[in-house]
Amino acid sequence: MTAKTVVALEGVEKAYGSVRALAGIDLGVIEGELLALLGPSGCGKTTTLNVVAGFVQPDRGRVRIDGADVTARPAWQRGLGVVFQSYALFPHMTVAENVAFGLRERGADRAEIVQSVTDALALVRLDGVATLRPGQLSGGMQQRAALARALVIRPRVLLLDEPLAALDRKLREEMRTELKEIQRAVGITTLFVTHDQHEALGLSDRIAVMNAGRIEQLGTPREVYERPATRFVADFIGASTVLEARALEARAVEIAGGLRIDVRLPRPLVPGEHVRLLIRPERVELGEGADTLAALVIGVMYLGDHTEVRVELSSGVRLLATVRAAPPLGPGDPIGVRLPADAFLEIA
Amino acid sequence: MIGRVVVGLLVGFMTLPTAVVVVASFNPTAILSFPPEGLSLRWYENALTYAQFQRAAVNSVIVTGASALLALPIGTAAALALVRRPLRARGFWSAMLLSPLIIPGVAIGLGFLILAARFGLLANRAVLIAVHTVLVLPFVIRSVVANLDPELERAAASLGARPRRVFRRVTLPLLRPGLFAAVLFAVIVSVNEFVVSLFVSTRVTEILPVAMFTYVVNYTDPTMAALSTLFIGATLIAVLLTDRLLGLSRILHIGDDR
Repeated sequence: MTAKTVVALEGVEKAYGSVRALAGIDLGVIEGELLALLGPSGCGKTTTLNVVAGFVQPDRGRVRIDGADVTARPAWQRGLGVVFQSYALFPHMTVAENVAFGLRERGADRAEIVQSVTDALALVRLDGVATLRPGQLSGGMQQRAALARALVIRPRVLLLDEPLAALDRKLREEMRTELKEIQRAVGITTLFVTHDQHEALGLSDRIAVMNAGRIEQLGTPREVYERPATRFVADFIGASTVLEARALEARAVEIAGGLRIDVRLPRPLVPGEHVRLLIRPERVELGEGADTLAALVIGVMYLGDHTEVRVELSSGVRLLATVRAAPPLGPGDPIGVRLPADAFLEIA
Repeated sequence: MIGRVVVGLLVGFMTLPTAVVVVASFNPTAILSFPPEGLSLRWYENALTYAQFQRAAVNSVIVTGASALLALPIGTAAALALVRRPLRARGFWSAMLLSPLIIPGVAIGLGFLILAARFGLLANRAVLIAVHTVLVLPFVIRSVVANLDPELERAAASLGARPRRVFRRVTLPLLRPGLFAAVLFAVIVSVNEFVVSLFVSTRVTEILPVAMFTYVVNYTDPTMAALSTLFIGATLIAVLLTDRLLGLSRILHIGDDR
C-alpha cells in the first residue's frame, strides 16, 4: 500500500522585496502523519505554512491538496484548520462562540453546532469555560480552545504555527504529549512549524529541516539526527563536533595536527580525498587506556542527568563530549579521549 | 516623600496656567490682571453675546463636525489598507499618512493658503474643513490600526468566512471601541486647532480659536479668560462623559492587556 499524499508543494517560491523567503520548496505531507517544519527564525517555515493555508500567495509553484491545485483558492475555501502562535482567539466572543465560528460560517444548524462544540471542547479537555471570554483563560486553556476551534470544522489538514512557543516550559511539555495524543486520536494530517528541535523530534513522524528558504533534509526524527545530510542539519539538531579530515586509507583519516583516526564509514575512502566528519558528543568516550588520545579538559558543564565536557586534543582540535556519570573534572585536567571508528558520520 | 513633592510641584506647574485663566475670568475689571480684585460674570456675558464669537462658534461646530465625519471613513479605509500592505511598504505609507503630526503647522497652513488662493477658495469654509480633515486623519488612523489584528482576520478566513463575513463578524466588532476613540481625538484636535486654521481663515469663516486670537490682539479685557474657561469646561465635560459611557482607558488602550 502506498501512502497517500494529502498536501503537496511543488517548486514553491516566494520573495519579499529582495529577500527570498522560499527558494523552491518541494514537499509532500502524507495522510495521517505529523510533519514538522523545523528551522531557525527566518528560514521560511512559517511562510511555507502560510502558503499552504492560503494566507500568502507564492510567486511560483503550486500547492495541491488531495491532488487538486489550490494555489489560487483563497484561505476561506481551503477547509484547513489553523492554530496560530498567538492563538488568535476572537476576544469579543466567548470560548463556545469561538469554537462555533467555523460551523456557523458553514451554515450548520443550531443543535449540530451545540453538539459539535461540546464534543470539541471535551476532546481538548476544556470543560466549564464555554461561556468565558478568551481573555479570562490561561495560556494553556487558550491553546486548547484554539485547537478545538480548528478541529471542530473537521479540516482536511491541521496547520500549527509554533503552537507551544507561548507556553512556559512545564506546560509546554504537558501539551506536547497531549497534542500528539489528540492528533493520533483524530488521525488528522498535520503540518507543524517549530524552531524547537526537541518538539520536532518528539512529536513528529517526519521532519523537514529548513534553512534559508530551502528544505535541507526530510526524514524521520531518527534519520535527521543520526544521519544528518548537511552540516547545517548536524549543527541545528543536537550538538556535534565537525572535523575536517584527509583520507589516508579506505578506513583511516588524518585530522588537524597529523592525528590518525580509524573510521568506519558506509563507503571506502579514496586516499588523499577530503572528507568532513561529524561525531555526536554522546559517542565521544572519556577515560584512560591504551587506545585513547591525550587531551585536556577545557570546560565542564553539569546539567543534572548528564554533563557536557569540552576537551582539546594535543593537536589543538576541540571536541564536545557528554557523559552520564559526572567524573570530578575541572579545566586543565588531562584526560584520555576515545573516538570509536563507527561513531563518525560523513556529511556534505 | 521627595517623589511626592516633585509630583506635586509638577502637577501644580502643569495646572497653574489653567487656574490663572479660570480665576482671571471672574475679574470685574477690564484689565487682565492677577490676582483678581473681585467677582463678576460680566466677561462671560460679553463672551457669549459677542457677535464674532457666536459666528466663530457656529463655524467651529460645522468644521469640526464635517472634518470628523470625513476623517472617520477615510481614516478607517486607510488603516484597513495599511495593515494589508507588506511590511516594507507599510512603513512608507504610514509615515506619509501620519506626517501631519510632524510637519510644522506653519508649513501646512502656508501650503493650504497657496492652494486656496490659486483656486479662489479663500473665503470658503470648505478649505478649513479640508485642513481639519487632514490634521485629524493621523489620529483616526492610529486609533483604528491599534484595534486591527490581521491574524484574527486570517483565523476567521481559515474557518471558512468569506472576506465580507470576516469584516462583519470580526473586523468591525473589534474596531468599534477604536472608532469612538478616533472621534473623540478628532473632535479635541479640531476644536483646539489654531495655527493652520489661522492661515486659511477669513473674518467670515474663522473658527473659535482664531476668533479668540484676533480678539486678544485687539482687546485686553478678561473676555478671553471667560471664553477659555468655558472651553476648558466643555472639553472636560466631553471627556468625562466619554469616560462614563465608554470607559476612556478601554478605548485609549490604557492598561489594556488584551
